[in-house]
Amino acid sequence: MDAPEEKPTSGLPHGAAMQRNIVRRRRKGTVLRSIFLGSTLIGLVALAVLLFTIINDSFGLVALDYKVDPATLSDRPLEELSRDELVVILQDNISSNAFRTLERTTPMAQRSEGDVLGLVLERVVKQSVAGTWSLTDSLLNRSAIEAQVAAESPAATLKFRSWLSGGFLTTPMSSNALIAGVRTALFGSLWMIGITILFAFPIGTGAAIYLEEYARDNRFNRIIQTNINNLAGVPSIIYGMLGLAVFVRLLEPVTSGRVFGVEGSNGRTILSASLTMMLLILPIIIINAQEAIRAVPLSLRQASYGLGATKWQTIRHHVLPGAMPGILTGTILAVSRAIGETAPLIVVGASTFIVSDPDGPFSKFTALPIQIYNWTSRAQGEFGNIAAAAIMVLLVMLLTLNSIAVLIRNRLSRRAS
Amino acid sequence: MDDKASAGVSMDSRVAGVRRETAETTLNLRKKSRPGENVIQGFLLFCGVLSMFTTIGIVLVLGNESLHFFTNDNVSITEFLTGTQWSPQIGQFGILPLLLATLVTSFIAMLVALPLGLGAAIYLSEYASPRARKILKPVLEVLAGVPTIVYGYFALTFMTPLLQSIFGKDTVNIYNMAAAGLVMGIMILPLVCSMSEDALSAVPRSLREGAYGLGATRLETATKIVVPAGLSGIIAAFVVAISRAVGETMIVAVAAGAGPNFTLNPFASAETMTGHIARISGGDLSYDSIDYNSIFAIGMLLFLLTLVLNMGSRRLVRRFREVYE
Repeated sequence: MDAPEEKPTSGLPHGAAMQRNIVRRRRKGTVLRSIFLGSTLIGLVALAVLLFTIINDSFGLVALDYKVDPATLSDRPLEELSRDELVVILQDNISSNAFRTLERTTPMAQRSEGDVLGLVLERVVKQSVAGTWSLTDSLLNRSAIEAQVAAESPAATLKFRSWLSGGFLTTPMSSNALIAGVRTALFGSLWMIGITILFAFPIGTGAAIYLEEYARDNRFNRIIQTNINNLAGVPSIIYGMLGLAVFVRLLEPVTSGRVFGVEGSNGRTILSASLTMMLLILPIIIINAQEAIRAVPLSLRQASYGLGATKWQTIRHHVLPGAMPGILTGTILAVSRAIGETAPLIVVGASTFIVSDPDGPFSKFTALPIQIYNWTSRAQGEFGNIAAAAIMVLLVMLLTLNSIAVLIRNRLSRRAS
Repeated sequence: MDDKASAGVSMDSRVAGVRRETAETTLNLRKKSRPGENVIQGFLLFCGVLSMFTTIGIVLVLGNESLHFFTNDNVSITEFLTGTQWSPQIGQFGILPLLLATLVTSFIAMLVALPLGLGAAIYLSEYASPRARKILKPVLEVLAGVPTIVYGYFALTFMTPLLQSIFGKDTVNIYNMAAAGLVMGIMILPLVCSMSEDALSAVPRSLREGAYGLGATRLETATKIVVPAGLSGIIAAFVVAISRAVGETMIVAVAAGAGPNFTLNPFASAETMTGHIARISGGDLSYDSIDYNSIFAIGMLLFLLTLVLNMGSRRLVRRFREVYE
């Protein structure tokens, strides 16, 4: 290869030298091959470590300290008591003023058992966390942890706790990590995503149909296409700022619901967030849908025209059914991006602390990623644990969505063929 | 509704056609007018044009608020672009500390993502068996699907303690740019990998066969033939990766620290442009205050930076693409 042109024979290595050359080149090949394999594996290891860290923080031992020992309140564990018994305990142990305030916000009869239990733990028992340990620590060094807890806070009891639990999903936000849940955040995310899909799917598909089926190759349409490609690369936080200026401020009468007769909110509503998310995922939906439409064979369209169908009839009955699996898959992937997006929601103004469920597009809201961000940025150990548990909820949601995408694609493509 | 409308129209014109046929005994072959089709086409055009409004909206909003910012008495563009201190309380608005932190975190991310991403791409496209590729590729793509806030949590609870145990707690701050950058690199790795792999797979088989025929080893074929042939795509992947790193928000907001800091030390805490926007707008922000306007000026710079990078990458591909038959 490196042989000079003038001396074709003498420039090339011979015999033993050639053997050495080949061995050297092969060795180099093997070394680099393992480097390439290594970089692939580093990616996989990173994924494994990421998942492990989250699972590791979602479960583990927790040392609980009490102001009042629950055993003095009742002879049975508090978790086994009925709601009425818990209400009695609550009434006996807090001032009548405080009880009346609670009764006024939500009557005791309407509160769930978990809710009342939370109140008892918060107001009467005054539970606090003396320390938390990760899953691996809890399993491997249990005796050391027990000794440490006994030395540092003798009154505390050590319990194994799964931070991710049924109660975690169904209780609202709280400033006490032990009874905080993701209910409001979960509802907020679902509302937001629902409205986002409602707008983004028809508009995205429409734009893709226009660009692939109607648009002629002229300057105007080329600009639209380039523009969509560029929008796909704009950082998500910029969309947040667009949403803040346009949806939250400029269109406040619409997004706060005032023109529809809804009072009592400003522009920082679910609707504003959904519209912002719509703009964010539109380019992704359009680009994916365009690819799906382009993959429908031209012969199908020509056959339809040949039978006298109009352009829209052809699209409606032949192009769209063929492209639908691809369009839906692209939409679901875009939506799963929207579910995890945090930055635009922060800028648009999702609330960080909110306890009532959102009740429509014009209500204030919080979302799962916002909750995770909020808990992650607190220093105390137990908030790290509930952040990890909330991440588990988010990842399960994404996994479900992606499985649905695969299922839809398989089912529809089977029907199409 | 549209179907009914077009059906009605076609019925009318059919009747008209029949009447004319009897009168003049000629067929009417003129195009029928179909208002329903026109309405649909109009809606589709609107959908296509909506994206233009998004861009115009971004430019107008960022431009307008930045204008308010720069016309403020305390601020000048030269100070904004050259000042090394960002402290709105005392009227100091120099973007350099925020920009530098963005560059440091992005640089660290690129140190991770570019070599590993390209290495993984070469392995997947040149070495891996089809079966291994079928398993490895989707698993790597899972990394790309993980929300960035999760990476932020990972940086803070895994990467920072890891760095602290290696370099000592005194050197490594709890919030530091190194942890944020490294985790950002892991996040961007699959993007580099899949874009580069596409570029490498597009190189025709005949080029590889030619190299093997001349006695090249697999490595020599990969590094001297396939990679140069797919170079435009690989560089485009690199440029897109840089733009992603510059615009990434949540990892740096969680793990890199709050508070501008003009430093090159990767173990120090420093706030990036995106991190600053997120922190300021996360608090109670009053409209038309200088804080509010300032984040739009930062946003404008961020937008221009990523726009230039993205357009540059696309131009690069178009200009230097080797076209094979």
